[in-house]
Amino acid sequence: MTKYIIKRFLIMIGTVLIIATLTFFLMHAIPGSPFNEERNSNEVVQANLEAHYHLNEPLFIQYLIYLKSIATLDFGPSIKHPTQTVNDLLGRGFPISFELGIVTILVAVISGIILGVLAALKHNGIIDYLAMTIAVLGISIPNFVLATLLIQKLAVDWDIFPAATWSSPLHMVLPTLALATGPMAIIARLTRSSMLEVLTQDYIKTARAKGLMPYKIIIKHALKNALMPVVTILGTLLAGILTGTFVIEKIFAIPGMGRYFIESINQRDYPVIMGTTVFYSFFLVFMLFLVDIAYGLLDPRIKMHKKEGE
Amino acid sequence: MEKLLEVRDLEVSFLTYGGEVQAVRGVSFDLHRGETLAIVGESGCGKSVTANSIMRLIPQPPGRITNGTIQFKDKELITLPENQMRKIRGVDISMIFQDPMTALNPTLTVGNQLTEGLKQHTSVSAKQAKQKAVELLDLVGIPNPEERLSLYPHQFSGGMRQRIVIAMALICEPELLIADEPTTALDVTIQAQILELFERIQEQTGVAIILITHDLGVVAKIADRIAVMYAGKIIEVGTKKEIFYQSQHPYTKGLLNSVPRLDRREGKLIPIDGTPPDLFSPPAGCPFTARCPKAMEVCDRVYPLETKLSSTHEVECWLQDERANKLLASK
Repeated sequence: MTKYIIKRFLIMIGTVLIIATLTFFLMHAIPGSPFNEERNSNEVVQANLEAHYHLNEPLFIQYLIYLKSIATLDFGPSIKHPTQTVNDLLGRGFPISFELGIVTILVAVISGIILGVLAALKHNGIIDYLAMTIAVLGISIPNFVLATLLIQKLAVDWDIFPAATWSSPLHMVLPTLALATGPMAIIARLTRSSMLEVLTQDYIKTARAKGLMPYKIIIKHALKNALMPVVTILGTLLAGILTGTFVIEKIFAIPGMGRYFIESINQRDYPVIMGTTVFYSFFLVFMLFLVDIAYGLLDPRIKMHKKEGE
Repeated sequence: MEKLLEVRDLEVSFLTYGGEVQAVRGVSFDLHRGETLAIVGESGCGKSVTANSIMRLIPQPPGRITNGTIQFKDKELITLPENQMRKIRGVDISMIFQDPMTALNPTLTVGNQLTEGLKQHTSVSAKQAKQKAVELLDLVGIPNPEERLSLYPHQFSGGMRQRIVIAMALICEPELLIADEPTTALDVTIQAQILELFERIQEQTGVAIILITHDLGVVAKIADRIAVMYAGKIIEVGTKKEIFYQSQHPYTKGLLNSVPRLDRREGKLIPIDGTPPDLFSPPAGCPFTARCPKAMEVCDRVYPLETKLSSTHEVECWLQDERANKLLASK
């Protein structure tokens, strides 16, 4: 197990390095520089600024400097907001985005599984049709459309929840709802179909023949097996939720990471682009790693290492 | 011998898109304490459905028990509420299924699956339950039972798994064990071991066994009595000797002729021609008429009455019934 984790960790670092390299060259392939808009500054000032940020150096040297900043985890100050370092921005924005992401995942996973299990147990019943209608709607409606609809109805028309910003649990409801509906729908459909399959398995019949209580059969015997495919797609859903937060944060004026991420690209704020990308890719790769570990815990047949000789 | 189970006129149907399949059409039999009854017949004759009906494990819908009684000791199982039935399953009556590769949950340890029934039905401590599980694994012949409790099913071979399944069925000390094709998925040497295990268990615990199989070799080894099923009916029942040496129903004879034997010279087996009737609309007369080499006119029209050949041997065939002629004349 430890061997597996170390191996995975090295692969993770490799992945992040590749992402960081691609980002670096893509970033410099975009025309323009951080100082393009400052037309009134004369050439000497421009040259001095570029020298300060090493932008006059050859690309390869810049790349090395960039790698060094990743290695030391110090991305320096933002070019556009020189009073703030990239680490400051991350430290302020990330906890909010993280909160939104985690709450969204929890809501999506829990409600998706409950919905899927109910639908499977009442196969072809009213609950099944209702759950699957919700699921289809959830998959088809993009989160930014849902977000505007939610604001219009629940915030403007009926005035139940606040329309924007991020200061109390009540403020979390609408953005979470907008972001979680899609993943929830996918999880619900997946849980339903895999649950229906598992319920016909022989070991479910064995469990019934033991005279176990129905809830025990469902939770202990059926759900644990039915969750495999759900865990598998959880990694992909995570990436979706992560990028989804950028859009949702914008709509609900949430001061998370999304704003910095998009602004930095528009303004060619190189240190911020680098910092956010590396941070986010590391985060995502780490989450995928956790998903893989969870997979192994759920199914003992999946071995983390090739030892034991069986 | 005391009667443990009494099944009378059991009828089970399945509603499908194609119509109603009458899988079991009036099955009656008795089972005494400590005896082994084998129910034999070809695929689709209703033997598994009969077994599942006793456990009330027929999926409803589409399945439905339309008629009959199943008396277990002093309880009527068909009308018993589900929560009462749950206290009988695994405790008084246990069941073993065909395929040991799929009958165990792949994500739970063997120890967990062994003890969960015991924990559900009795108030034993975790330690006592584990102790009991070790005892049973030892009984079914699994070496180092204590270490094996924490292993998962995929770490065992097919024969080992079937032993575990048997141990699981025995953990609450049931009085009746229903084994639905317990050896079909195993290779021949393992089959023999498992059958020996059944014999040994019965000697040690006195459990009654209903053995569902299509393999007459299996039957010959461990059954006390044999019921032959065809198209949802028991057409002949008797002791092992009566069925193997004095069988009267042409179907039973056909079955025996189609089994390879070491004590006869001719190498050719005699198959039974044709296929069983469609159970969507079973024939009014004897369902075997179309395949029967000795079929008479009456066979096609009226279902034969039960004929008692001895206190234990009963057959449903017009060939054994002197009323056949009279009935034919009156028509």
